[in-house]
Amino acid sequence: MKTSRVALLATAVLTLAACGSGDPLAEPTEEGTSSGTGSAVVVGSQAYYSNEIIAEIYAQALEDAGIDVTRQFQIGQRDVYLQALEGGEVDIIPEYTGNLLQFYVPDTEARSSEDVAAALPDALPEGLTILEYAEGQDADSYNVTTEFSEENGITSLADLAGYDGEIVVGGNAELESRPYGPDGLQELYGVDVDFLAIGDSGGPLTKDAIRDGTITMGDIYTADPDLASGDFVTLEDPESMILAQNVVPLVTADRAEELAAVLDEVSAALTTEELIALNARSVNEQLDPATIATEWLTEQGLVGGGS
Amino acid sequence: MTLFAEAWAWLTAPEQWSGRATLLDRVGEHLQYTLVALLVSALVAVPIGYLVGHTGRGRQLTVALAGAGRALPSLGLLTVLTLLVGIGEADRAATVVFVVLGVPSVLAGAYAGVENVDGAVTDSARAMGMTPWQVLLRVEAPLGLPLLVGGLRSAALQIVATAVLAAYVGLGGLGIYILRGISLRRYDEMLGGAIAIVALAIVLDAVFALLGYFAVRVASGQGRLSTSTEGHR
Repeated sequence: MKTSRVALLATAVLTLAACGSGDPLAEPTEEGTSSGTGSAVVVGSQAYYSNEIIAEIYAQALEDAGIDVTRQFQIGQRDVYLQALEGGEVDIIPEYTGNLLQFYVPDTEARSSEDVAAALPDALPEGLTILEYAEGQDADSYNVTTEFSEENGITSLADLAGYDGEIVVGGNAELESRPYGPDGLQELYGVDVDFLAIGDSGGPLTKDAIRDGTITMGDIYTADPDLASGDFVTLEDPESMILAQNVVPLVTADRAEELAAVLDEVSAALTTEELIALNARSVNEQLDPATIATEWLTEQGLVGGGS
Repeated sequence: MTLFAEAWAWLTAPEQWSGRATLLDRVGEHLQYTLVALLVSALVAVPIGYLVGHTGRGRQLTVALAGAGRALPSLGLLTVLTLLVGIGEADRAATVVFVVLGVPSVLAGAYAGVENVDGAVTDSARAMGMTPWQVLLRVEAPLGLPLLVGGLRSAALQIVATAVLAAYVGLGGLGIYILRGISLRRYDEMLGGAIAIVALAIVLDAVFALLGYFAVRVASGQGRLSTSTEGHR
């Protein structure tokens, strides 16, 4: 019943948004602030299960603070949802600092959490801003099997230079062209690698490929619960080759203050460990995002009696 | 238009023609997956199609089954099968997925070709004392050849377009450019890859159009004349 109503609302908003898309709609909001604070906040999410959980957490935290929320989840490509944010059709979406920065500044030199977050406000187009970023990261990481790590004494990317055998790196097709892909490994760690494109973003195919030796190491996101299974060793990155990917709410500037009041608290509680635990509940227990979000927010004292 | 100019520039850039995995390597992989899948589709579908067309039995069932196979989402099937056989054997999983797409067209071409042969022709062939095998191989198969080639032609097109998915499970092919182009927002690369796939599809289609032309000649008698003279030698 509740979900159908939400769906209905989402459809209605979509239709409205579709009718008056783009700039003609953006102009009047400045004079008529009535639509600013009063209207529902549209929370978006990527088509990535972990991102949807975070979006659901944002949504429930906002609802608890008495703000009307419309959910617009599972928007696929970054191109698409960023356009929706710029056009005012979506007000907030959970993002990852590094990928967001790289979208606007492909050749950025920033790597650490602080540097990336500091570079973002200037990089973002007008009308968009970020709130406080969470400590929790969902970054790329290179992983080998535990056996490989133990047999060859390799625990860090820097150890790879001393390895005699052939190294095949697997990950999404675009990793081959990323600065932290094969070129970065060559430049910063002096390792020559072959590349195999596996398109499931560090999912089961990539993990299988690492396990069965098709690839030596694979790119898996750090918030993946399977990394705690003991099958894999995540190689350290002493040269900070890989971009930081802190979870951060990306919001439309005119609602930033209102949203920050609620979400800064949420971000403060969201560590990588918490992120992994949240993802594990989805992967292992097959719970839906709404349940996971409610339980986490309650457990953290972020909703209900606390505030 | 500038996008097409950029795609053209990408296609002709030296990076695409030298180095580890050139455009030609990718075309080769793509073509290999397509042709292997097409061959397997033919091996599976032609005997079944001939059997169905020749006996006139089981048509409903085979058509329904083949059609259902076509409705399976290819990417999902590919992921599940690859996980099942292990990613080291991903080429087999991919072949199965492409065969599932190719079989319905080939099957339709095979049985329609045999089924549409005039009843009077097969009757007279039997009256001449031909065995059922002879009727099938010497009368029905040659006469149905144009339709079979037509079926192969549309299967080839389906498969060459879907072989993009091979890149998803580490098999390369031209899909690499599309997947990578989307993620990196390199539209020149994406469009360049798409153009390469279209070009490959057009070439394949032209080859089958040519085969279709010869098939019609076989069906309209010239072919049979030559085989019958061979028989007298």
